[in-house]
Amino acid sequence: MKKNTTFKTAILLVLAGLVFWSCNKSDIGDRSLAYKPLEPENQDLNAGTWKPVLLASADEFEVAAPAATNTPGYTAELNEIKGFQGSLSDKDKSSIKYWSAGAVLRWNEILRELVALRNIPPYQKEDDTYPAPSPTNPFAYPTFPFANPPYAGRAYAYVSAATYDALVAAWHYKQLYNRAAPYNVDSSVQALVPKSSLPSYPSEDAVVAGATIELLKLLFPADLAYVQEKADEHMRARIMSGANTRSDIEAGLALGKMVAAKFVARGRTDRAGQAGGNPEIWKALEDNTMAKGEVCWFSLETPRRPPMLPLFNKVKPFLFDSLTVINMRPPPPPSTSSEQFKKETEEVLYYSSHPTRERVKIVHFWADGAGTYTPAGHWDHIAASEFVKENYSEVRWARNMALLNMALCDAGIVCWDAKYFYFNPRPSQSNPDIKTLTGLPNFPAYTSGHSTFSAAAATVLTHLLPDRGTKFDDMATEAALSRLYGAIHYRSDSEAGLVSGKAVGEYAVQRALTDGAN
Amino acid sequence: MIMLLYCISSPRANAQTDMDAITLKKNVLCVGGMYVNDSWTEYWEGTFKRNNRNLGKVTTQMFGIAGAYGITDKLNVMFSAPYVKTKATAGTLSGFDGIQDLALMAKYRAAEKKFTNGSRLSVFAVGRISVPLTNYVADYLPLSIGMHSKTASIRGLVDYQVSKFFVSASAAYTYRSNVDIDRESYYTTEIHNTNEVEMPDASDYNIRAGYRSKYLIAEAIFSDMYTLGGFDIRKNDMPFPSNKMNARRIGGAFKYTMKKVRGLEIVGGAMYTLHGRNVGQATTLNAGVFYLMDLKSGNRPRNSQQQN
Repeated sequence: MKKNTTFKTAILLVLAGLVFWSCNKSDIGDRSLAYKPLEPENQDLNAGTWKPVLLASADEFEVAAPAATNTPGYTAELNEIKGFQGSLSDKDKSSIKYWSAGAVLRWNEILRELVALRNIPPYQKEDDTYPAPSPTNPFAYPTFPFANPPYAGRAYAYVSAATYDALVAAWHYKQLYNRAAPYNVDSSVQALVPKSSLPSYPSEDAVVAGATIELLKLLFPADLAYVQEKADEHMRARIMSGANTRSDIEAGLALGKMVAAKFVARGRTDRAGQAGGNPEIWKALEDNTMAKGEVCWFSLETPRRPPMLPLFNKVKPFLFDSLTVINMRPPPPPSTSSEQFKKETEEVLYYSSHPTRERVKIVHFWADGAGTYTPAGHWDHIAASEFVKENYSEVRWARNMALLNMALCDAGIVCWDAKYFYFNPRPSQSNPDIKTLTGLPNFPAYTSGHSTFSAAAATVLTHLLPDRGTKFDDMATEAALSRLYGAIHYRSDSEAGLVSGKAVGEYAVQRALTDGAN
Repeated sequence: MIMLLYCISSPRANAQTDMDAITLKKNVLCVGGMYVNDSWTEYWEGTFKRNNRNLGKVTTQMFGIAGAYGITDKLNVMFSAPYVKTKATAGTLSGFDGIQDLALMAKYRAAEKKFTNGSRLSVFAVGRISVPLTNYVADYLPLSIGMHSKTASIRGLVDYQVSKFFVSASAAYTYRSNVDIDRESYYTTEIHNTNEVEMPDASDYNIRAGYRSKYLIAEAIFSDMYTLGGFDIRKNDMPFPSNKMNARRIGGAFKYTMKKVRGLEIVGGAMYTLHGRNVGQATTLNAGVFYLMDLKSGNRPRNSQQQN
């Protein structure tokens, strides 16, 4: 009888344990939810004089003078804030807290989310050909875009650069009009975010949201409803927090959109829309490579998938011109008939057939394949987790993100130039015994995209955060090796990718040294 | 994706399982080895059924050791520990292999009623926990060897036997712990900036009926298992450990006790997936050999079933 009771007690304990554990499972330690409110040490009040990317000058677009704080219209705006603050729900409070971590940070996170959502290669049609996403019908399968690594790198760059330019303009007008934040005008308006002496007209948060929305109309047209919902929540949070009045927000949104329109116009004509090529171009790539006496790349997918964005090398870079892309082209990879090539293929086979847990961890940590925010997004993630420790002003956040993402975009262009100029086969094509430890990308091997992206990003981040020592370079080296460990790249691909990525990163460093932000 | 079957309901690499109404007598030990072969070429991507010519046929093989011991006539404990190896016949993705999870089970016969017509009704409670034995990779579906989740489940089982025919029904709730993956960010239906994945719990029910005699058990099996939550694989995306995973399966199993070699039992079975979601349409075959001994008397018991 006693034994029976003991067993029943044990079952009860197990059940209680199950309930307890189940309730605690939803806390998965998401870093992004733990970010503290942004409290810049230095508001970079001179940022209106920093060098923009596309704008001719900080005052290229006009922002009308705001109403004075002693006018009835402004009093009405304060009353709106007080109305909100009198009845804040828990949801409102958590919204204020979420957005207080910083507008550039949050919109970068949202963009990373959209990339992960849209980064899935299309499924084949009945006839074994692949459909292409269409920007004019973004909702039809396959939805637009297929946010693959080059597309994503470009998207991050456009949003970051436009955000930066728009904030440079905003800082100019903040200084010019010098209208204080509502919580500094009226002591009965509470500051539910860290107080700042930065003038609040136009709202920097609204500038970031406005610029991003405008670019996403071009880059992620199927996701505008989601994006608008986020923007509405963001703007409401800023008003509720006592940091902005509605006119601060409206002026900011308008400025952000005007500046972004300039980037949208550039994006429509930067040749990215034609980067997919066509069957004649795909055929010519094979013929050119065979004419050189080299084995040419082919898709190892079944059915064979056209190569990813073979004309991405023609896309207009941010940090240099298209001629420089050609000048930066790395020397040829080992010939497919050389002893060196054979040796490198054998090395890949070794890593394929001798995976260790440690190496697989490295492969998967850096894989950033289908369904993820891509290598460029991973480096944005890495940068963001460092930038939150620095208490940057919004404009410096934007400037640093722009430098990073312009480098990442251009790294993609330079790398894709090498890939389609040399058009050389993946290790598993050279030796079918080579099985891969992660998905095999559907484009040529030389040079490694991950290596190029990573070295470019590491070079920029090391310049921006010199106190981190070799941290970013070490990460880039690991990312480059991960592709060899994963058996999808030869050593030469990774080494050459690191070299050209660093060269691209140096252009961003040069810009950083001369943009007036130091 | 078939990993589901090893995770929300670990392989029954055992002469006695946590889903049947068999118990060992006090002090009887049963140990043995089991082989499982599970394969599929078609799978459900959400509700869309497809094949994948970049995977071909996905096969998971499992070589397990398992055992059971009668602490009392009413209370048995069991264990199993498999080595698992995966392979795809097409595409470039490498298979993985390694030692998977240790499962420990306790089965308790809580009540038994014998009727005047000779039939018998028994009620069992079964507890089961499993823990990964190695640091294997979870986030490599469908070719990872398991989910790397710690699980705990509780099952109620009712068995009714008339003469040599029986019917059993059981249902279980399985708690599955969150798992850590090698990435620092991943997308489910939204992005998560962490390496921890929230795993949905799982549930299953199972109905068996057939013939049960001193030397032979032969049964038909219907089982339905499903996660309580989880999300669908998006079109042409990769599967993920916290996917919704459901499988409705039918099959059969037998256990034969050798008359000539006292204490030796042979088991085998087959299961087929009728319908599923985010899992492969798997055919699973298993076979095993087990040996029984009475630790106290040193005798070899005739078989693993208690005499009525």
